[in-house]
Amino acid sequence: MLSRLKQMLIKEFLQVFRDKRTRFVLFVPPIVQMLIFGYAATFEIQHVPTAILDLDHTQESRELISRFSSSPYFQVGWQLTRPQELVDLIDRGEATVALQIHPGFSEDLRKGQTAPLQVIVDATNSNTALIAAGYVNQIAQGFAQDYQTERMGRISPYLVDNIPSVELQPRPWYNVNLKSRWFFVPGVIGSLTLVLVTTLTAFAVVREREIGTLEQIMVTPIRPFEFILGKTVPFFLIGLLDVSLIAAVGTLWFRVPLRGSIAVLFAGTVLFMLCMLGAGLLISTVSSTQQQAMVTAFFFIMPAIIFSGFGFPISTMPQWLQYLTYFNPLRYFLIVLRGTYLKGTGFSILWPEMIAMAALGSFLLVLSVLRFHKALD
Amino acid sequence: MRWGRLKAMAGKEIIQIIRDPRSLGIVLLMPVVLVLLFGYGVSLDLKHLPVYVYDREASQQSQALLKRFQSNQYFDIVRAVNNYPDLVKALDSGKAKMALVIPYDFSERLRAGGAVSVQALVDASDDNTANVLIGYAQAVVQGYSNDIQLEWIQRRGQQVQPPPLSVETRTWYNENLESSAFIVPGVLAVVMSVIGAFLTSLTIAREWERGTMEQLISTPVSALEIMLGKLTPYFIVGMFDAGVCVVLAIFWFQVPFRGTVLALLVSSALFLIALLCLGYFISVVAKNQLAASQIALVATFLPAFLLSGFLFAIEQMPQFVQLVTRILPARYYVSSLKMIFLKGTPIGMLYGQLVPLAIFAVALALLATRTFHKRLV
Repeated sequence: MLSRLKQMLIKEFLQVFRDKRTRFVLFVPPIVQMLIFGYAATFEIQHVPTAILDLDHTQESRELISRFSSSPYFQVGWQLTRPQELVDLIDRGEATVALQIHPGFSEDLRKGQTAPLQVIVDATNSNTALIAAGYVNQIAQGFAQDYQTERMGRISPYLVDNIPSVELQPRPWYNVNLKSRWFFVPGVIGSLTLVLVTTLTAFAVVREREIGTLEQIMVTPIRPFEFILGKTVPFFLIGLLDVSLIAAVGTLWFRVPLRGSIAVLFAGTVLFMLCMLGAGLLISTVSSTQQQAMVTAFFFIMPAIIFSGFGFPISTMPQWLQYLTYFNPLRYFLIVLRGTYLKGTGFSILWPEMIAMAALGSFLLVLSVLRFHKALD
Repeated sequence: MRWGRLKAMAGKEIIQIIRDPRSLGIVLLMPVVLVLLFGYGVSLDLKHLPVYVYDREASQQSQALLKRFQSNQYFDIVRAVNNYPDLVKALDSGKAKMALVIPYDFSERLRAGGAVSVQALVDASDDNTANVLIGYAQAVVQGYSNDIQLEWIQRRGQQVQPPPLSVETRTWYNENLESSAFIVPGVLAVVMSVIGAFLTSLTIAREWERGTMEQLISTPVSALEIMLGKLTPYFIVGMFDAGVCVVLAIFWFQVPFRGTVLALLVSSALFLIALLCLGYFISVVAKNQLAASQIALVATFLPAFLLSGFLFAIEQMPQFVQLVTRILPARYYVSSLKMIFLKGTPIGMLYGQLVPLAIFAVALALLATRTFHKRLV
């Protein structure tokens, strides 16, 4: 049995590494994807293009504007004079936020009345709009508070010194500077592992079937079990190598801290890869051409990534979808990845995820091996 | 070019698609699945975030503050603990996204006057959630603080003045900040990338791999006829799928459609032609399906997904990545989709999107025709 398996493994490795293009696609695209993802995937909001229409032209209005132009969140690119220009800029999508200060702004302030600040936000990107509007509020609130304090100070300094106030002291843990990259890089490692291992395994088997060499293998004394092992072991190893490569890019290039132990990360990765080998084999049993395998794999990959918490919190999904995510191995792997990378947690916290992946992995593998036998008969 | 031969070639391709009912079914189902996936799965509308509290004072005042958090729709106080390690564990395991710590002398210091701070430990491994969370929490604490100050001023018989500033924010184009209105139009670009490049990238590679390319070359059909014959069926499928997406977006997810059908048709057709030609080019160059699918993934699907502004705002990416997005058709298509759907931009104003798309379509068509020669290499 061992010698047959060895022959099979040699054949697989030869087949993979013989072709220059295949060698290329096994290692270059994953790294390219890691780099693209690492740079492109961000929800951070900074330097929002902002237009300002100041119809008041007073010290107060300029003071308010300067708070916006000195903020890292806004990039004041336009100081306008006519309302129509404001509308045009937003319509063309050049400015995302537009502030309009009415004539009489400072007069309202001095009289102790509430002065309006009109804000228009382009909400075609609802997330940017939500966060940018929050920052506008924060800056305006700060301005209002300082103005109020100053006014009160003129009337009675005693009040200013003694008025009680409560403030929130936020302490962002695990990612002190709130860097989007730290959130996405571990997620990308997980998603790329999923894509790689699933498609490679599925393609490897279906290719033999499509070209017609599967029958030739089946007439040899090799047993189906040995065949499956021979097919999966090479891609398991190649997958592991790929994961190490992209993890190295994430850690060394993007400088995401790896705070936990490598052993925990490795254990999680192996368990997750078993799930993906099972999924890949399963896809191969239901596909007879590589195009079919590709499309079927795509239908597995997209939901698996979207419903994993990769970019979008699971808690924002409808309840029935949230239940479905419990069957998604990537959900658990992402918790392990972010746990080991950012939080530095170990087995004592991550064991439920490990068990879930082990269970899903064995289920998928057994199911695919059973189906595979049937597909051969 | 002969019309008859072209028709025969396209006929062969259509038969090949139809004969594989699963691929056909999947191709027709894909827009439905993708629109639903993204429509439901991609949302950043955070609500009911789990919060742990450690109230070290347990006074009337501290409870009043916590009650404000409890009644806020964004927070869910799931547990009150009475020691620090429990908080750490809750954050480590992800059971809490935020932990509030109220100091033991909270009410006493409020009575004494001056500023009191409440600590919020936030799980910032997801920076976006953390950011939004901190914003909401600050608003709650601010509200509480304002009410305390108001009461304090009144008790001293001082006149209460109205707040100096009111921010009137209007969100244009997507008034309710619906994530689905922002996401769903862009799904068209993803669907078309899958059809356009993913599937077509396999068509020529498949002929090479199966050895049917030799048969094709021995017929009098010309290189251009092969290309058009291969691509026409996929063009029809792609446009059909786009239509399905639009119908679902408008009637299922209630995304407003404010532009014209003509603008949508023109931009979609240009984008699809560009992608089909790109897929064809990849297929000719790669010659095997595994390589073709991997290259297509990096060259078409990922850009549509990541670098187009579909999910992640282009302005927030590093400068050189922004430059890269300028040479990708997906960027222009997604931007035109959002403008057509949400802003109702007329076709005459879309030149910034349509002209680049047209240039890509022509350039890639030329590239594709030049690369494929009827030669056995």
